[in-house]
Amino acid sequence: MTAVPVPYLVVDRRRETSESVTLRLEPVGEALADFAPGQFAMVHCFGRGEIPLSVSSVQSTGGLAHTIRSVGAVSEGLCAARVGDVVGLRGPYGSSWELPRARGGDVLVVAGGIGLAPLRPLVLGALAGSRAYRRLSVLVGARTPADLIARTELDLWPTAYTGVTVDWPDPTWHGDVGVVTQLLGRAPFDPDTAWAFVCGPEPMIRATARDLAHRGVPPERIRVSLERTMRCATGTCGHCQLGPLLVCRDGPVVGWDRAAPLLSVREL
Amino acid sequence: MTPSITLRLEHALPAEHRERLLRVAREAELPPGARLFEEGGRADRFWIVREGTVGLDMHVPGRRTPLVETLGTGDLVGWSWLFEPYVWQLGAVATTRVRAYEFDAVAVRLMCDDDPEFGRAVGRWVGGVLSHRLNAARARLVDLYGSPAVFTAGGAP
Repeated sequence: MTAVPVPYLVVDRRRETSESVTLRLEPVGEALADFAPGQFAMVHCFGRGEIPLSVSSVQSTGGLAHTIRSVGAVSEGLCAARVGDVVGLRGPYGSSWELPRARGGDVLVVAGGIGLAPLRPLVLGALAGSRAYRRLSVLVGARTPADLIARTELDLWPTAYTGVTVDWPDPTWHGDVGVVTQLLGRAPFDPDTAWAFVCGPEPMIRATARDLAHRGVPPERIRVSLERTMRCATGTCGHCQLGPLLVCRDGPVVGWDRAAPLLSVREL
Repeated sequence: MTPSITLRLEHALPAEHRERLLRVAREAELPPGARLFEEGGRADRFWIVREGTVGLDMHVPGRRTPLVETLGTGDLVGWSWLFEPYVWQLGAVATTRVRAYEFDAVAVRLMCDDDPEFGRAVGRWVGGVLSHRLNAARARLVDLYGSPAVFTAGGAP
């Protein structure tokens, strides 16, 4: 694994929402090692800096995709990248969703807003190996309809249940209204076999994981993706420390049994 | 009953009370747009959704009636029937074709009064639903999706 960013070419750019885009990238030269769903890359926008981004698609060509929301200088620069531009990547870093551990059980995917992006390759993996898993349910919540990504794709996934809900509907919205946890009661799953994969802002992760645990899913089978500010991504600088964890090295994906005690500590 | 409704009620009510409650249910079918109840009306019925979606709405003077929450398969529609003054706090409308079990609230309240065990079970069930909805409403107050996701959004630098 290289500590120097490797050049990747932007081969496609798709706008997801008013403030987020998905960039599809192909290596200019040698590709980085294969990314597993849930892992992240440090993506370098030349002249601005680098940020951690989970992969939202992994190609057999060595290419991959990142979905980025413009919230700072670097992400703004990446969102403005055009087809033909070059960005730098290093990685893969961190832990993955480890979907194969859910073989034989129900799979619940719960996403908050743009958190669906890192879960997308997991969903595609579960659909590709659907015989290995029982029922796949995908639950997505967002603040408004305009904050939803991959809406067309969501409708095409042959899941046992797909639910999409928003907090604040607009006049065009005819779907569900309410927080994503309210959809858990509609998803078909057996808590004794189910594995849950949760990604989104931490308040949403906490609410969802608590509800899942209340419904009988063991905390170690609730996999959540944590967020902390990162710099080195190699477990050296300590910027992403969360109690005993270095999120870049020990995460970002961890079991709720490890995450729950840490996320309940104030100012940790 | 569909499996999910069975599962939801199994968790909510012991078998004997569940069967007793369902014995007084009648099957209802509602077309999209049918109103189940109006805000401020007398809460004399309640429903358990078997299929479809029900929207809860709130009258806001001078504005289009906003949908504040949707309920789906297995969900209880209406809780005001259990608590005085038995007046609906919100309105409810079928947003899709809905199949539901409909209950006479007065009859169920009488059953609760006659059999304290049954009454406690129903109270715990409705209390659990209320607790969940209160938590959901509080979660919406703090804007569950508000903070940027670093990994997907690049929120750090």
